[in-house]
This record gives sequence, C-alpha cells and structure tokens, in this order.
Amino acid sequence: MNATRPESRPTPPLAPRPQVADRSVADRSAADRSIADRSIADRPAAADAAATAPPKISVRGLDFHYGKQQALFDNNLDVAANRVTAVIGPSGCGKSTHLRVYNRIYQLYRDQRARGEVLLDGENLLSPTTDLIELRRKVGMIFQKPTPFPMSIHDNVAYGLKLHYRLGKAELAEAVEKALRGAALWDEVKDALDRPGTALSGGQQQRLCIARAIAVRPEVLLMDEPTSAIDPVATAKIEDLVEELKKDFTIVIVTHNMQQAARVSDYTAFFFEGRIVEFGDTRQIFTKPVHRQTEDYITGRFG
Amino acid sequence: MTGRRATVAAPDRRHPRSWEDPLFRGLAAAAAGFFLLLTGAILLELTRGSSLSLAKFGPSFLWSSAWNPVTGDFGALSSIAGTLISTAIAMALAVPLSLVIALFLVELAPPAVSKPVGAAIELLAAVPSIIYGMWGLFVFAPLMSDHVQPFLSDHLGFLPLFQGPPMGIGMLTAGIILALMILPFITSVMRDVLRMVPPVVKEAGYGMGSTVWEVARQVTVRYGARGMAGACLLGLGRAVGETMAVTFVIGNNHRVSASLFDAGNTIASALANEFAEAADPLYLSALVELGLVLFLITFAIQGLTHAWIRRLERSAGRGL
Repeated sequence: MNATRPESRPTPPLAPRPQVADRSVADRSAADRSIADRSIADRPAAADAAATAPPKISVRGLDFHYGKQQALFDNNLDVAANRVTAVIGPSGCGKSTHLRVYNRIYQLYRDQRARGEVLLDGENLLSPTTDLIELRRKVGMIFQKPTPFPMSIHDNVAYGLKLHYRLGKAELAEAVEKALRGAALWDEVKDALDRPGTALSGGQQQRLCIARAIAVRPEVLLMDEPTSAIDPVATAKIEDLVEELKKDFTIVIVTHNMQQAARVSDYTAFFFEGRIVEFGDTRQIFTKPVHRQTEDYITGRFG
Repeated sequence: MTGRRATVAAPDRRHPRSWEDPLFRGLAAAAAGFFLLLTGAILLELTRGSSLSLAKFGPSFLWSSAWNPVTGDFGALSSIAGTLISTAIAMALAVPLSLVIALFLVELAPPAVSKPVGAAIELLAAVPSIIYGMWGLFVFAPLMSDHVQPFLSDHLGFLPLFQGPPMGIGMLTAGIILALMILPFITSVMRDVLRMVPPVVKEAGYGMGSTVWEVARQVTVRYGARGMAGACLLGLGRAVGETMAVTFVIGNNHRVSASLFDAGNTIASALANEFAEAADPLYLSALVELGLVLFLITFAIQGLTHAWIRRLERSAGRGL
C-alpha cells in the first residue's frame, strides 16, 4: 500500500480512449494513474467505490448462467486503471467465473451465458459486435496452472506477437526479449530460448505465460489464482512482478490466499455465492470491513 | 457393555498376502514378454520359410520387377511399390480429412451433431474390409471409370500419373478405397486425443486472441502430437497390410507403372491371390519373402515415426 496518497484530483471526462493510442503502453495519462488516489474517508465501501473516476473496466448488472444454474447475480464493479484489483471469496463463489467474463473466454463453452454490461474503456465487451480476437489481445489472461504451449521458450513468447503484429526477425527477437525481461525471466532463460517451454520449473513456466501475455501489449491482465500451483519462493517472485506490472497494465487477480490479496492489491472485491458483498480499498476491506460476512471470511471463520 | 471391561478380541487376520505382488509382477512380465517372443518367432519363421528365395535372389529380390512363376524368376519391386503408393494415396487423403473431421467433432459441432456423427464413424470403423472391397468393385470402380478418371485425365492428363485408359480398377481406386477404410479409424483416435488435451491449454490459446484454426494447428495438434502420430500409425498399419479390399479393386498385376490408373498389386494382395496356386517350393518361398518384406516395412515405418516424435519433443516438450 502507498503510505502517502495525494489528495483527489479533478477527474477527466468519462470517455473511451482512442483505439489507435492503445497499442502504446507508455502514454497512459497521468489521470488514469490517479483514479485510486483518494482517501479512504470519502469512499463509501460499496460496489461503486471508484465510480467517480473513469475506470478501466466497469461491470454493470452482470448475471452469469451455467446452463440453468445461475452463478453470478447482479455484479457491479469498477476496475481502476493501473491498479491491482483482487477478487477474493470462498470456493465456488464465482470469482473465476466473474473474471472469465472480461475476455469472454467462457464463450468457448456452449451452455455458459453472461448478461449485463462489462464496459472496457466505456465499450460494452459483451456486445455481439465485439471483435473477440482484438478483445483478447487487449485483455490477457494467466491461468491457475502454467500453460506453456508445446514449443520452445522463444516461440511461446513469439506466439501472440506473430498473431497480432507484423514484425521482422530482429524486431521479433527484440520484442521477445522485452517481454521476457518484463516477466523477470530473461536472465534465467536467455541462453536457452530454443529449449521447450515445458522444461522450465512451474514458477518459471508461469512467468513464461506472463511474458507471452504481456508481449502482445495488452491493457488488462487477468490472473486466475496464478500462484496456486506454485511453490512459495516462486510465488513471491510473481507477487513482486505484479507490483512491477501494474505500472503498465491494469491487473485483476483472483486469489484464494488472503495474505496475497492484502500484499499485492489496491482494491479488493469480496464475493460470496455469486454476489459482490463488499468492494473497496484493500486496506479498508482487511481492517474495517463493513459487512459481517466479509469480516467472517477474512478472519478465517469460514471459506 | 456396561460394567464389563471391553474384552472384544482382535478380529481374525487374513492370510499373509505378501506373495501376491511378486506373482502379479511375474504374470504381467510374462504376458508382455510373450509379445517380444511372438515378434521374434514370426521374424524367424518368415526368414526360414523364405530361405530358398533368399538364397537364389539375394538382395536383388527387392529391386527386381520380374515375377514369372513359369521360369521361376521373382522380384518384389512391383508389390513393394504398389504397397507404398496405395498407402501413400490413402494417407494423403485420409489424414488431413480425419484431422478436420476430428477437430469439427471436438471443437465446433454441437452435441446434437457430434454424437450421431461420432457413432456413425465408429460403426464405419467396424465394417469388415471385404464389404469395402465389394462396394469398391461394384459401385465405386464404375464411378471412377465413368466420371472421376475421365475428369482427371482431361484436366491433369499432362501428368504421367493420370494417363491411360480409365478402367475403374487400379492403383488410384485402391488408394481411395483404403483411404475410406482407414478414415474412420484415424478420425476416432484423433478425436479421443483432441478430447484429452486439457481445456486450459486451449483456453490459453484462445486467450491470446487466436482463431479456432490457429489454436487447433499451433496448440492442440502439437500438444497431442504423440497421440496423433499414434492415430496415423494405426491407420498406416491397416493400409499397408490391408488385403481383401485392395485385392478387389487394384487389378492384381505385377507391373510397375507411372500411371495411377494402371492395375498393380500390393504385397498383401499378391499373397492373397497367389498363395493357393503356389505349388512350386521356390514360388512359395518368394511369397513368404514378400511377407518378410512387409513385416520389415512396418518395422521401418514405426521406427521412423518414433524418431520423428523424439525430435519433435526435444524442441517442443512432451504433450500427450
């Protein structure tokens, strides 16, 4: 957590960013970075906590069904740009389901349906006209288990680059190196780029997946329990990396581990039985939760 | 219960069972060893049965195109060529088609389509080869001579491959019938392999912004490469050794021809056709040597496939 927070600044008008500028991660406006910089006092601990600033993602009235069974009920959430938003809650509460709406990966499965609005920079990504390929370039995902593709380390990182960009050989090598450096993996693999990605350790594999995801210059990174299959030392590395990555990306992380949420996130949403019970500044959620259920969960009484 | 000390005796122990594992291990090893023994025995018996021919023709048996029972001059070239060509035609047609069908069934089709189609494919895989042979001769061969072969010689007739009279039966027809036969085989194994690829791996592919085809080609198929190769090997094994269906439609002629319209033969069809009439010991020995060659071809194909997979895994890592 930041020890010193500036007072709230005037908020820019709520407008979608021009599409062309999105390819560059360097030119994020300062205004974006200030979204979260408001003191706890003037923020009601409710789902609309960050609503006064333009959020990167706004979820409005999101319902989700697996077949006939409803898994999410009227979710409302604002994800602040260049911040880490943690999603916590007991098993089966809908955390991952919620996350999987942001890149519409749920759509691979016939019986899964989402209703409501999820605005990415003001545009409803649930709209049938959304270009899924471009959406998934903008919204990258890291999974619970590392998912290196069956190809070399270099090819893993180059995979998405080749899908979305026209790059020469030298540019490609440069972009691969940049992504691997960004995922704090370069020094470990720079002499072994042609070895299979699956030969790396679990923690390295997960960082390889992060490198693969950030290589295509996404705007949002979704992390679905990224450290649950990884040892504590590797977990610490990935947590440090998350801290580093939020300078360039908006991060939403689902985690089972409350200490992790407290360590890495700026905002926390507590899910219970498909509903967002409480959403707010992480410090406030963990020190002065408003709802009884949140308190019970974070103090370990259930879940 | 009350007042009395519990004097429940320990329950009776079962007999010691420590001998069971060694016994099971022994039985399992014997069963596995039996296969090695069987392979060795087949190889030995084939070599012994072909000793006459081996002694007379030596290695030139492999590249001699003679086949004359009257003068006792035999060579395997036409049969080897026919086996390899008909198999190559079959694989070239069946493998891509199988892959696309399997991908469709697993990744694209709704259950209402994939279930009945899947069941039909399994049913087709169980149809005896003689049915394919008869259907090939009575239905498919006329179709080939009336429509397909004239079309091919009209449009691709400048290639030696598609020259000659459209007789219906011949190498091309045999290859296509073989393709139809192994198609359900390869498809159903490929479908099972594709189903075993963990969903999260595919999700990771789609999550990068890939299309269905990109995920299939670059992620799913590579992940299942070992199983896919297994599926192809199964089909290949069947095509190389297929007898009845081929015998019906290939024309059974010991001749090497550049045209796929020409009648030819394969090792298996030659054996099926000629065993009964092989009275002369040298003739019989030559036929057995054909069998030996078929056996070794199968071996070589297996070996090459494994080497290829090992090379793939060194650069890509192990999948299914």
